[in-house]
Amino acid sequence: MDIQLTEEQELLRSSIQRFLREQYDFDARRKIVATDEGWSRKHWSAFAELGLCAAPFQESSGGLGGGSLATMIVMQEFGRNLVVEPYFETVVLAGGLIENVGSPEQREALLPDIMDGSAIWTLAWAEGQSRYDFNNVATTARRQGDKFVLSGAKAAVIGAPWADKLIISARTSGSPRDRDGVSLFVVDQHSANLHLQDFKTIDGRRAAELTLMDVQVPADRLLGAEGGGVAALEACRDRAIAALCAEAVGAMSVLNSATLEYSKARKQFGVALGTFQVLQHRMVDMFIALEEAVSLTQHLNLSLAAREPNGSKLASGTKSKVGYAARFVAEQAVQLHGGMGMSDELNVGHYFKRISSINIQFGDPAYHLMRYAQQS
Amino acid sequence: MELNLSSEDAAFRDEVRAFIAGNYPAEMRVPNPETDLSKEQMLLWHRILHQKGWIAPLWPKEYGGPGWSITRRFIFEQETSRAGTLPPLAFSITMVGPVIYTFGNDAQKQKFLPRILSGEDWWCQGYSEPGSGSDLASVRTKAVREGDHYVVNGHKTWTTLAQHADWIFCLVRTDPSAKAQAGISFLLIDMKSPGVTVRPIITIDGSHEVNDVFLEDVRVPAENLIGEENKGWTYAKFLLGNERTSMAGIGRSTRYLGRLKHIVKTELGEDDPMFGEFIKEIARVELDVLALEATELRIVAQMSRGIDPGPAASLFKIRGTEIFQRITDLTHQAIGNYGLAIREHPVSANRFMPGQDYGHTASEKYLNSRKLSIYGGSNEIQRNIIAKAVLGL
Repeated sequence: MDIQLTEEQELLRSSIQRFLREQYDFDARRKIVATDEGWSRKHWSAFAELGLCAAPFQESSGGLGGGSLATMIVMQEFGRNLVVEPYFETVVLAGGLIENVGSPEQREALLPDIMDGSAIWTLAWAEGQSRYDFNNVATTARRQGDKFVLSGAKAAVIGAPWADKLIISARTSGSPRDRDGVSLFVVDQHSANLHLQDFKTIDGRRAAELTLMDVQVPADRLLGAEGGGVAALEACRDRAIAALCAEAVGAMSVLNSATLEYSKARKQFGVALGTFQVLQHRMVDMFIALEEAVSLTQHLNLSLAAREPNGSKLASGTKSKVGYAARFVAEQAVQLHGGMGMSDELNVGHYFKRISSINIQFGDPAYHLMRYAQQS
Repeated sequence: MELNLSSEDAAFRDEVRAFIAGNYPAEMRVPNPETDLSKEQMLLWHRILHQKGWIAPLWPKEYGGPGWSITRRFIFEQETSRAGTLPPLAFSITMVGPVIYTFGNDAQKQKFLPRILSGEDWWCQGYSEPGSGSDLASVRTKAVREGDHYVVNGHKTWTTLAQHADWIFCLVRTDPSAKAQAGISFLLIDMKSPGVTVRPIITIDGSHEVNDVFLEDVRVPAENLIGEENKGWTYAKFLLGNERTSMAGIGRSTRYLGRLKHIVKTELGEDDPMFGEFIKEIARVELDVLALEATELRIVAQMSRGIDPGPAASLFKIRGTEIFQRITDLTHQAIGNYGLAIREHPVSANRFMPGQDYGHTASEKYLNSRKLSIYGGSNEIQRNIIAKAVLGL
């Protein structure tokens, strides 16, 4: 099952690696996070120029046709470098939804700006009470002539302060927990009566709480079938999980090599840390955790690329297994670095925090373990 | 779980409870007392306890302790921690104070002990160095005798709350030719001395608790040497013993478990399939706490019969920290998507934080508690201690 990259995929990977090595080391990243905006438009444009924003989209949509394997390659390298720019939100979430459920007119109107890097997007599905359930939607959208009027609140929307456009889930019919009746809408971030309250996330990004007080949205901004939003979001989540797990794998691989290197260099009680058997075994377990995570992530991405049945169950299983593995690796990397692992100055703690954040996005490992069990 | 208390001890427990309820300062009840209070605010409760004569339960009566039995000390510890009061600064009260009255001379006792009790002097701990980690005996900070002074050069790190400190107690190397533990001395240094520089270290939760302390040609009067030159390791070990027994943290864990249950019940309906998962995990931790508490009570009973628990104290450090880490982890999971948010430091009520109030410190607590298994001798070291000193391996 080991993925042999094609020449084209190798080229994609090496071009990202070269760019990030030269332009996105830990210091550069720290400076970007510390700016008022919290992300770098300059680096974003460079990603677009490298073709990353167009990479996964079908050629018929004007993309490079790389599919989920291209996303996997990009996200893994982004995970290795803790890239904060909203690639996941713009390309994987919003772009993926538009490509998969958008009308031909919407695809034609919206995808080019995503693919050339000129538009930043995000997806607002969660609400204060929803936890990780897409059907738990209290925000309403009522039809009024040739418009929808949206009212309610959306929670913890990563990238919302940066976004030009958002995809927002709202209920067009049914009661708050019905699976049917949730619809998706494309909303301008600067729409009247849409209010954002910004906050910082544990992994150095920006997010916002959204309040919608009768936000008017033209009817042609309905994305996908009216009332069919949950199914669209579920398919979106499978792709999201495949991307997040690839990012986690990238982060884990850096943590493992950093820890290994540290344990060889750092002396305690007159010998290298790595000579203590208890720490050797710990690092062996970290190695095994990474190997398993790499394998499952590849397996999931191949299954999604081949559109195999049961992809959603496999996605939940992978999110759970990779999430637990990543948390183990992250916590032990901090532990083995001792006090230094707790310091904001060293990169290790920042990988730990990104992994903690990945484990919350689209459901934590325990949630997906339960979801996997329910489908068995 | 309770000790079988005599009626006198039960009355004492009620007195402690009533005193806390009537006197603990309201302004110290903030979301995260360890990071959100100013130095002056942290000292409020200290001063109240001092006035009452309860500031130093461990100390003998002649030095200003209350003269309590082991049982009463335990009751006091249990009640104050169950009530969520901020413990008085351990570096002063639990650590350097006992070293001074046990190994210091009369002049040192008279000079330092009253000011520790009153809260006038704030102490920090100069043990760790950049290269030392859990191997404290690898001290490289040098103290060279010049007449009636020591000239100290070195770099201490992870120094908790040094930004507030008036004094630092340091392990320094006075005999460079001696091996490891031999050749170390225990020196008290005034933080206002020329050549002392404090540099903040920001930790992954964004807070400023720990610091680097640089010592450059710091002249320290020889009268600030505790005990004998080159015998410092003996005093340091004595102090570390005090540090570890106080790490079970039953009261704190019990309080945080109560809060966690409340969060889970508020966040998840009973019909949510995850509700049962959480309840099971909470029950598991609750049993861990129960077992550790029972162990603590057993040890307290043994101690009051004069049996020294010795290195078994490492058990409390290991389990106490693992339990609290698990509780902060579950709390972080319990708030769902809002676990993505983290407060910015220094904390200000003007900055927006999403979600319910009870979740506002969940992220920083989860991140911050990773330190627990690292500091005070990492949990790996504690296991080595038990393996060697208890099991004889």
